Amino acid sequence: MARKNRPTAEIPNGSMADIAFLLLIFFLVTTTIANDKGIAMLLPPKPDPNQPPPEVTKNDRNIFKILANSQDKLLVEDEPLTDVFELRDMVKSFILNFGNPGEEGVALYNSLPSSMKAFSSSVRRSDYSDDPTEAVVSFKADRGTSYELYVQVLDQVNAAYNDVYGERVGLSASEFLQLDRDDPVQDKKYKAARQGIPRAISIAEPNKIVN
Amino acid sequence: MAKFGKKSNTSQDIPTAALPDIIFMLLFFFMVTTVLRETDILVKQKLPKAAQLSKLERKSLVSYIYIGEPKQSSLFGKEPKIQVNDVFVEVDEIVQFVNTEKDKLNEAERDQITMSLKVDVESKMGIVSDVQQELREANARKILYSSVQSVDI
Repeated sequence: MARKNRPTAEIPNGSMADIAFLLLIFFLVTTTIANDKGIAMLLPPKPDPNQPPPEVTKNDRNIFKILANSQDKLLVEDEPLTDVFELRDMVKSFILNFGNPGEEGVALYNSLPSSMKAFSSSVRRSDYSDDPTEAVVSFKADRGTSYELYVQVLDQVNAAYNDVYGERVGLSASEFLQLDRDDPVQDKKYKAARQGIPRAISIAEPNKIVN
Repeated sequence: MAKFGKKSNTSQDIPTAALPDIIFMLLFFFMVTTVLRETDILVKQKLPKAAQLSKLERKSLVSYIYIGEPKQSSLFGKEPKIQVNDVFVEVDEIVQFVNTEKDKLNEAERDQITMSLKVDVESKMGIVSDVQQELREANARKILYSSVQSVDI
């Protein structure tokens, strides 16, 4: 009864590795590890209902006012602005104005690299900030302002600050952003760049009424 | 010289029988660790472009809020809506959402919670600022306007 030419019952497994490799490569290619990036902001703490809202005691020249209306038009320092991308240089010269520096401001000015000193003295204006420690950029959007413009303005203001921070330690704005704070050497650089110049961006609450 | 000329009896083949198993282990590792998408996003998500982006430092501290026009506008209308965890919520439910997210974290890390706002470019600031007011109320003050890297000018 025994048949002689019975075919082998084994499945050839020589190519198993190749099949598995194909699957592996498929998963490697299709998976994207989501890297979430964005503009970081810190919201102000919630107002205490028992306390009256704090009064603004800053000099008007120390506040750089940006307003955006529901038609996405900008009003910067009481003048209309059409190109958002001009903001970066405006904010930068506003921060580095040193119009009437206090004691801290003078010390800060002396610590700056010479290129920034030259930049500061070339653009000095009486209606810009006294010194970087005093400067505040205030941005107020309307409820009808598009989110796109809002992000663009914030981006420009942040870019101006990053320009300033970067230049202090000899980096560009994007190189400054890429400093890895877990690395002690780079963290030191980051702190040196940030020291004395606060990133003072104030986001005002939008008007309750849509105009 | 004869010493060296002597042929060794050991076989020089690497056993390949276990190779598929090794590859399969790698495969399973990748299949298990990759998360294709945590939530079904029900709103349009065309993120704004910006240049000055910072990376999120710790993923575990991040919660997401999606804002935009619903994809199924026939069902939900054309007005931008807020989505958290697969469902649409109203503005006043955000405090509750933040608190449940905070409960998932260690006590020491609760104040460091970061809210990543994924807002569609076509939304208006009104809804975004409403959300921000609620986040202030819930004491989740670190936020991130999620955006796409644009070319630096």
